[in-house]
Amino acid sequence: MTWTINEPMVSIRDVYKSFGAFEVLKGISLDVMKGEVICIIGPSGSGKSTLIRCINALNDIQKGSILVEGQEVNDPKLDKLELRKKVGMVFQQYNLFPHKTALQNIMMAPVRVLKQDKAEVEKIARELIRKVRLEGKEDAYPGELSGGQQQRVAIARSLAMNPDVILFDEVTAALDPETVGEVLQTIKLLAEEGMTCILVTHEMAFAREVADHIYFTDRGVIVEHGPPETFFSEAKDPRTKEFLSQIL
Amino acid sequence: MRTTTLKSVLPVLLPAKAKSGSLFSFRLKLWHGIILLCICLLTSTAGFAQSDPIKASVFEILLRWMPLLLTAFIFNIAISMLAMGIGTAAGTVLGLGQISPNAGLRKFCWFITQFFRNSPWLVLLFFAMFLLPFEFSIGGIDIPLPDWLKATIGLSLPVMANMSEIVRGAVNSLPSGQWEAAESLAYSRRQTLWLVILPQCVKRMLPPWMNLYSILTMATVLASVVGVSEVMTTTGRALASEGGRPDLLAPFYSFVLLIFFIYCYPIARWTVYLEKKFAVKG
Repeated sequence: MTWTINEPMVSIRDVYKSFGAFEVLKGISLDVMKGEVICIIGPSGSGKSTLIRCINALNDIQKGSILVEGQEVNDPKLDKLELRKKVGMVFQQYNLFPHKTALQNIMMAPVRVLKQDKAEVEKIARELIRKVRLEGKEDAYPGELSGGQQQRVAIARSLAMNPDVILFDEVTAALDPETVGEVLQTIKLLAEEGMTCILVTHEMAFAREVADHIYFTDRGVIVEHGPPETFFSEAKDPRTKEFLSQIL
Repeated sequence: MRTTTLKSVLPVLLPAKAKSGSLFSFRLKLWHGIILLCICLLTSTAGFAQSDPIKASVFEILLRWMPLLLTAFIFNIAISMLAMGIGTAAGTVLGLGQISPNAGLRKFCWFITQFFRNSPWLVLLFFAMFLLPFEFSIGGIDIPLPDWLKATIGLSLPVMANMSEIVRGAVNSLPSGQWEAAESLAYSRRQTLWLVILPQCVKRMLPPWMNLYSILTMATVLASVVGVSEVMTTTGRALASEGGRPDLLAPFYSFVLLIFFIYCYPIARWTVYLEKKFAVKG
């Protein structure tokens, strides 16, 4: 099966996932087209993070289908490494490799995993450092960088693999308020360049600004979704209304 | 009293203490060595005052035997280094086996680790001495297996088991986010282990590994029980050839203790230094 650009890049259909007896996802479906930015919002424990971790097979699912560019993720024969070359991910806790410098963190995967030419990768990595506005921090170790700087290195590290879609798992949740802005700015830049992004976030103002589509999840189901213009002003479901009234 | 309690008003806010040294709680201190030196000197000179003027002084006898004792001690160090090498290599493999995704292999390696870690070192030494052949042949060539080599293999078994736990502990002490980050960047398991996990483990493993080496060095004297000509065996022979004089016992054995101390103390100091250094950076 070949995927065409008119079909959703990521297509999630009726996904069920449980940890033991606890059912986290209860029939989630959503589509993401190429170049789209979607935001998943909702209260803690509603399964947002679990959902996006299923997209790059960090978590497996019990039932349903996840297609990434036509490739079924819920398949025991899935080549996870091939899938993950297409799907980048940025974590809440940055998860940079502390024994490597910022530049090495960015270069390692393209050189070791994709077996690309080292000099070529270094050129790209230096450009990416500039793009996330960390010039001069190439040789700094993660421990020497602020949370916001580390997170931007993590974004650059993900970009160096040249993925088709990037998953952002509450990437500003662990940051100091004053560094949140610089990370959001970087994500916005990617969105404007046409990168397909799936974000789990609590930053409502940001979601409203960059998202093409917003999904609200609660207790493992999508309660309501829509484009930001209508989602924030015309929420219909009482659970969405209550959540938005608490946050906004 | 009041001021001392005030210092720790909020103990919950203190950073967690590094646990790397908890595997073995014994630690050499400088005063151990000073006491040993005093015993050695006092007993050898005190013996001089008591002894018959015709007989050589205790101190002279000790000096005469010193080169032989030191040579024998070098043999102890050689055994310890070889046993450490074998034990570290085998223990690393076993430790990695303990974190294998294959449940069968994991359980097997866990069992081997627990078996050798919970057996007395001396029993393992006897086990190796009497169950290993005195020679074996590979491709028609007979390779002799001398006693000291058998003892080395016997001592490397508990080292292997402890090393296996050090490796497993170090790998498990890393945050799971490191695995996830590597996985999400399409690293294979092998690449994750060798490029991301193990390089970070080395400095966590170094202090307990050096501690283990100290323990092993001190345990090499067990080889005397099975007749290997190391420092304890040599000391016993020296004392016997001096006619089993009781006034020689204290100076000779405290001298042996002293050379072990001189060898192991710097290692202990260095371990403490590394633990402190790594505890800050984390």
